[in-house]
Amino acid sequence: MTDTQATPSNTLYERIGGEPAVNAAVDIFYRKVLTDHRINRFFEDVDMEKQAAKQKAFLTMAFGGPHNYTGEDMRKGHAHLLKMGLDDSHFDAVVENLGATLTELNVPQELISEVVAICETTRNDVLGR
Amino acid sequence: MFKLTIEDKTHSCQPDETVLDALLREEVNISYACKKGTCHSCMVRSPDIQPPAAAQVGLKDTLKKRNHFLACLCHPEQDMTIKLPDQSEFYTEGTVVVNEMLNRNTLLLVLTFKDAFEFNAGQFVNLQRADGLTRSYSIANIPQESNTLEFHIRRLPGGKFSEWLHDEIKPGDTIAVSEPRGHCFYLPDRTEQGILLVGTGTGLAPLAGILTDALRHGHSGPIYLFHGSREVEDLYRIDEMRQLSEQHSNFHYIPCVSSKHVPEGFTHGRANDVALVTMGDLKGWRVFLCGHPEMVNQMKKMTFLKGASSADIYADAFLVTPV
Repeated sequence: MTDTQATPSNTLYERIGGEPAVNAAVDIFYRKVLTDHRINRFFEDVDMEKQAAKQKAFLTMAFGGPHNYTGEDMRKGHAHLLKMGLDDSHFDAVVENLGATLTELNVPQELISEVVAICETTRNDVLGR
Repeated sequence: MFKLTIEDKTHSCQPDETVLDALLREEVNISYACKKGTCHSCMVRSPDIQPPAAAQVGLKDTLKKRNHFLACLCHPEQDMTIKLPDQSEFYTEGTVVVNEMLNRNTLLLVLTFKDAFEFNAGQFVNLQRADGLTRSYSIANIPQESNTLEFHIRRLPGGKFSEWLHDEIKPGDTIAVSEPRGHCFYLPDRTEQGILLVGTGTGLAPLAGILTDALRHGHSGPIYLFHGSREVEDLYRIDEMRQLSEQHSNFHYIPCVSSKHVPEGFTHGRANDVALVTMGDLKGWRVFLCGHPEMVNQMKKMTFLKGASSADIYADAFLVTPV
């Protein structure tokens, strides 16, 4: 991340709109993921509420917001999905859905690029490499 | 420093501590996982005072109303009494005043209480037999001046508790009743919102309570009730629901039968399938789903995909205790 993050009013999370932005995005994003046949089998958690809470935590992190996920958490949390065949194509599809969600919410393209960049930092951990 | 009281024990909460941190330090057995408000594992309840708003972020409206909060996000602003989810409950004694059949396998049980029994229509209680056998049942009515609670009890083959209620209980007998639980109930806000109610079998019990509550509060938005069972003989309260739909132009009642024999006035198909075909976009709708666990879980997802916001979907899956 760049030095601009040091000034609180300049963080990506604040520029994108903070928690209200996460709340606006989470249902749209989760709906897209559940209807995307490339990836929805990875999200078929029987408990939809818990799954939705996980999506919210993910979006908060992707928006540069407060989180305390470590690389180790990412590895552990996705290990069972690797066994189901999770690979780069699925990771790309999730990022694509997130980008489409933000476009739908009229988030400027340069902020979307920053969100995508944050997602990229987790790719190797998510895919267990 | 504030005091945290759990049952008869008091714990201290230091100024910089969350309730969860304090309870863990004091070695209270409380479930938790993420410690940042995401997983909801550490949800507890404050029975007497409203918890700080910051500790209720992300919870459903009905949970907030019942003073549930996340221990990991709670910095107390005063002394608090805390109820852990698995904490032993306070039971009151109810006396049976009505036990009659609603259809060939569903019993209407009405209990009366000496003191006012506070609850929200749609919540459930645990009923307990003298030997300790306990089962959860949904309350089917709204709070009454007569302090009565109504239950619909389906006879399950080999079901110890339901067979006892069907075969042995009689007016005048007493049953221990827990405090009300659950967050599947109506809140009288956004009265112009559409409401979708889908239930199978005795899933009608909480839905009937929720429906009565909404109509009593003058809910003006459209209300659709889809009640289903395999055979028409397993539906009940059909005439009452039809009457309500004649009295309230915004209420629509669609009884569904999934077997081949479908009498006139009933719709063929499972209640959830019929509901999905009948209803258009559910954006902005409030959804209540009660009954068969598979139906409930599937419908949570389907109504969400049809546009209902996840915060507006309330569900009560009826789990059957293995015989």
